[in-house]
Amino acid sequence: MSRVSVKRKVLKENDRIAGDLRTGFRSRNMLTLNLISSPGSGKTSLLEQSLRRLPRGIRAAVLTGDIETDNDAKRLSPFGFPVKQITTGGACHLDAQMVERGLASLGAQDIDVLFIENVGNLVCPASFDLGEACKIVVLSVTEGEDKPLKYPATFVKADLVVLNKIDLLPYVPFDISRARENAKRIHPGIDILEVSCTTGQGIDEWLRWVEKRLQAARGAVPREG
Amino acid sequence: MHEMGIASSIVDTVTAEAQKRPGTRLLAVGLRLGEVSGVSAEALEFCFQSLVKGTELEPIGLEIERSPRRHRCPQCGCEFDVVDYDPTCPKCGEFSTALISGDEMEIVYLEVEDG
Repeated sequence: MSRVSVKRKVLKENDRIAGDLRTGFRSRNMLTLNLISSPGSGKTSLLEQSLRRLPRGIRAAVLTGDIETDNDAKRLSPFGFPVKQITTGGACHLDAQMVERGLASLGAQDIDVLFIENVGNLVCPASFDLGEACKIVVLSVTEGEDKPLKYPATFVKADLVVLNKIDLLPYVPFDISRARENAKRIHPGIDILEVSCTTGQGIDEWLRWVEKRLQAARGAVPREG
Repeated sequence: MHEMGIASSIVDTVTAEAQKRPGTRLLAVGLRLGEVSGVSAEALEFCFQSLVKGTELEPIGLEIERSPRRHRCPQCGCEFDVVDYDPTCPKCGEFSTALISGDEMEIVYLEVEDG
């Protein structure tokens, strides 16, 4: 018996497609954000607020993933930006190939910010690179403040936690400082923003975060021509 | 339950490696799975064995080595395993340390029958 050394990433095919997507996004000066959360934390609500209040001139597009139905695409369509539903037909996460196909269905239009709304799931989406500039976790105050400790893989890879439903803080036993501390223990460099998609509180700050990242994405590669 | 997709990727890689070595048997595949890879070793093993059942690869073992969450301190350069979710640098006390490994999911070796 002998041991042959091989060094290969398990998801190399997904990573290859994600790498191609990332190169494409950079060359188009696009910012791509991958939104991950448990079901019901408010990813679609955050996108509704974002599309409603995005500064003029920023061209957004959305790929929204769900196991079944196109309900989210319907919710996000009235804002005048292109939205495509990706129905995974059972899969608990989006993979790079689904995003590649979704992007193709959006056509060759100019996009500044592409929001990818992952399938509601705090575990599986973390393993699949979609070529995004960063992952964002949406966590809501009706969940446990120990979620970062319970689901570390997602928080380790995310650049930002959007802490949603803060209008409900008076009614739930959610310890916001402990939630912040837990997120930082898993990922000390993570940013945290507090918002309420119901009252609109914190949305301006969130959109400033997006704009700052967009400027960085544009600055990363000189424009062609 | 994304372990089935991950197991399926491992089977694809192992099948390709087996085809490169006609006449030899693969006895096991070694996998390094980070502590914060978000993958359950038990579920992965179950899916892997379900997929190889009845194929030319059977019997083949999946040997999983868990690798710890490791951080590096930007202040003093110390590298350390994170225990009890505490990212604080054990040398200088800096809190904002950065992940350097522990999220990997890689095939590292194949056990091949000699002869």
